Amino acid sequence: MAFTSLKELIELAEKEKSTISDLTIAAEAERSGDSESEILSKMAKQLDVMEDAVRKGTESPVMSRTGLTGGDGNRIYQYAQNGKSFIQPETLNVMANALAVSEVNAAMGRIVATPTAGSAGILPAVLVHALDSGRFTKEEIVRSMFTASALGLVIANRASISGAAGGCQAEVGSATAMAAGTLVELAGGTPEQVGNAVGIALKNSLGLVCDPVAGLVEIPCIIRNGLHAITAQAAADMALAGVNSVIPPDEVIHVMHEVGQQMPESLRETGRGGLAGTPTGKRLREQVFNRN
Amino acid sequence: MKYQSPFEIIGPIMVGPSSSHTAGAVRIGNIAHQLLTEEPVHVRFSLMGSFAETYEGHGTDLALLAGVLGLSTDDERIPTAKQLAQHHGLEYEFTRKKLGSYHPNTVLVELKGNRKEVKILASSVGGGKVEVQELDDYPLKFSAEIPTLVINHRDQQGFLANLSFILNEHGYNIARLALERFKKNGPAITVCEIDNIVEPSLLPLLRNEIPLIEEIRKIQTE
Repeated sequence: MAFTSLKELIELAEKEKSTISDLTIAAEAERSGDSESEILSKMAKQLDVMEDAVRKGTESPVMSRTGLTGGDGNRIYQYAQNGKSFIQPETLNVMANALAVSEVNAAMGRIVATPTAGSAGILPAVLVHALDSGRFTKEEIVRSMFTASALGLVIANRASISGAAGGCQAEVGSATAMAAGTLVELAGGTPEQVGNAVGIALKNSLGLVCDPVAGLVEIPCIIRNGLHAITAQAAADMALAGVNSVIPPDEVIHVMHEVGQQMPESLRETGRGGLAGTPTGKRLREQVFNRN
Repeated sequence: MKYQSPFEIIGPIMVGPSSSHTAGAVRIGNIAHQLLTEEPVHVRFSLMGSFAETYEGHGTDLALLAGVLGLSTDDERIPTAKQLAQHHGLEYEFTRKKLGSYHPNTVLVELKGNRKEVKILASSVGGGKVEVQELDDYPLKFSAEIPTLVINHRDQQGFLANLSFILNEHGYNIARLALERFKKNGPAITVCEIDNIVEPSLLPLLRNEIPLIEEIRKIQTE
């Protein structure tokens, strides 16, 4: 199967009364020659690494190697427990999960690039949150990760998943879209609703620039992972409620690519423009590298 | 098509913070480690471009050092690579250097053991993928993503014919092949990437069948 069009994928799933995850598992079995159970156990291992990172960064503060960031996953996790937040404490936990994974990444801990290291917090955050909700089994969640992969493959093949090529929208935007679509399938939504979630989530990330302070995967990457985990859940709920993505998801993916190409180089992972170019951004760069 | 497998999207499992500056750097170090085939005692890393600018912040130094000690990209001991190096008696130095017009994330690794030494110039080209550009000053390119034979031999007519004949006879398919020699009938290196899983018996077999071979190593990164 060529992962180049969501429309094709959705139509095939609906025609065969199947799911995007089942189609993707079958396609990978055919491509790799490995059995379905081998493929599933390989993916289960990735979920284990994701869960370890979530627990590590929520249950205790994890500081980055540079000392610029850290401890926010644990901070939000604690704050959610006091019950006086604006949004539901349970929802704050998904943010804590994402912050935690991104902080473990910045601390040179073990993570799974999903689709990249810079956007590695979002999918694990919603998956572990789904696991903790008790509504889904671990097996269901592992299967759903193939939906996330399929959505990511289409985005990677039609547009880009690299911040240097397409800005932060290509990394955090893609991860958010993958996570939103995955939750829709997990909750029993139709393949078409999965597509709507992708379209809705990605629209909300269009134009997001890649402007890391000192070129490091810390500021603003960690916070963006945290907030976008909540966006992913919200987009999934919108799609499940029946909200359509009026612009079809394939067109949204395509336009993300176009917007990325129109971004100046200074806003594509060069560590020069955007937040990296602010007086404080420049000062922190000097502080970390001890020179300009 | 660029991407085909779900595991290119969800994966690799790696120690952060950057696939190109950390995971790729571990792989480069690991290739040098595999080429040396003995305990390393000294290493010099000459970094260029983005590697030279940001290596401390991204842990590229720790990643390279972990790689030459034989660690892989998902090993949680990577952050402690400097202590590990000390423990193993490996001396190291990092310098910045202009290395010519290569990819921005490029490093020259000069690794020494008690008897041998190896020198590779390699680039981290994105997403953890790496490419060796030069091996022991010969312009030989390889990624070590699939089983790769690195053969030191004497240049002589029929060498490649013999090599490909034996590989074919044993069911191996050559995916990529390069030979560079110092001079006619002089020392040469052949790098040969193979599609199949390489049986351990292949290396002694090639050595016996082709007397021109001085040394043969099989390398592959995870």
